[in-house]
Amino acid sequence: MIPAAFDYVRAGSAAEAISLIGQHGSDAKFLAGGHSLLPLMKLRLAQPSVLVDIGRVTDLSYIKDAGDHIAIGALTRHMDVEKSSVLAQHAPLLAHAAGHVGDPQVRHRGTIGGSIAHADPASDLPATTLALGATYVVQGPKGSREIKASDFYLGFLESALAPDEMLTEIRVPKMNGAGWSFQKFNRRAQDWAIVGVAAWRRNGDSGVALVNMGQTPVLASSVAVALKSGASIADAAELAVAEASPSADNNASVEYRTHLAKVLVRRALEQASA
Amino acid sequence: MQIRVTVNGVEHVSDVEPRTLLVQYVREALGLTGTNVGCDTSSCGACSLHVDGEAAKSCTLLAVQADGAQVTTIEGLAGKDGSLHPMQKAFMENHGLQCGYCTPGMVMAATSLLKEIPNPTEEDVRIGLEGNLCRCTGYHNIVKAVLACAGK
Repeated sequence: MIPAAFDYVRAGSAAEAISLIGQHGSDAKFLAGGHSLLPLMKLRLAQPSVLVDIGRVTDLSYIKDAGDHIAIGALTRHMDVEKSSVLAQHAPLLAHAAGHVGDPQVRHRGTIGGSIAHADPASDLPATTLALGATYVVQGPKGSREIKASDFYLGFLESALAPDEMLTEIRVPKMNGAGWSFQKFNRRAQDWAIVGVAAWRRNGDSGVALVNMGQTPVLASSVAVALKSGASIADAAELAVAEASPSADNNASVEYRTHLAKVLVRRALEQASA
Repeated sequence: MQIRVTVNGVEHVSDVEPRTLLVQYVREALGLTGTNVGCDTSSCGACSLHVDGEAAKSCTLLAVQADGAQVTTIEGLAGKDGSLHPMQKAFMENHGLQCGYCTPGMVMAATSLLKEIPNPTEEDVRIGLEGNLCRCTGYHNIVKAVLACAGK
């Protein structure tokens, strides 16, 4: 399968990338690792007229301790997130989840920023960063702004990014020793999750987000509220789908997804509390 | 667009359409047909090769993305005198192939895996090869071969 024809330009910096995308209009797309975009282009589900390749903007590949949070450059590859000692110490849930994206070949090429900007509710890292209360930094022609993960995902593959804006950094609050769990239920090792859960717990606080349980990644706020007010894990997990709107596909019916989400949230909370 | 790619130690300067996939480029422009196309959707791993020393799925890379890179395909693993790479030898000795279609991708994924985890457990190998499917379901001997290559 070959993508439809497009023009290809390469950016050397974020500023150049934003200027190029501005010149080429809303039919242009950023190409990072390409592991979400190229499959869509090969199926002709996406037919951008121009690709602005940002894969060589290497100064956006970093993982830094920034005090109360870890700053991750948008072009940091999944493999580097997975293997990061800084993240292993301060945000182990994210490093662990990154190790479950696709397979090693995919993780060698795909980037955390590409995955988040693609805003696929079935992807692991949008939900995981949502659970962790991350903030995304985006840059546009008028400068940069911060968007909370909880305000970022607007619909299926739709985000709050303007067409001429580029995601440049992901800021993940330090977990400060919180217990955590990442549950991914799928039929084949490398598949997207049929349902996934990212969760952490520290004293009374918690964060739980669901993969593939709606048009966007879903923050299961009702679970966190219930736990805060002293509900048992079993009772809190029953609220797993309060914010979700799952759909049926070849892998699972709505009822099955609903069942899975409750079971996986319970398992995740048990593991995060152990 | 003009690209400059070093494939199996030989530098190639080629004019490619931007939409040319890397696997198309190595197979059709360079005639290196050892890299197979299986699923064509970055699931099966038959098209795995190395870009700058790391396994990648060449059906999901554009040739222009490999501009300036060092690419190694299955043809580049064996010695110039035809002597097999230790991983190829281990696959042969452990009957790590049946129909052979997934084999080039398996070997490329396995050599990349051993660079990252030189001393893997059986579980490391099974998880490390999760991106490669064998339709003959011959996984057991493939895992044996990789462990043998790692000296286990």
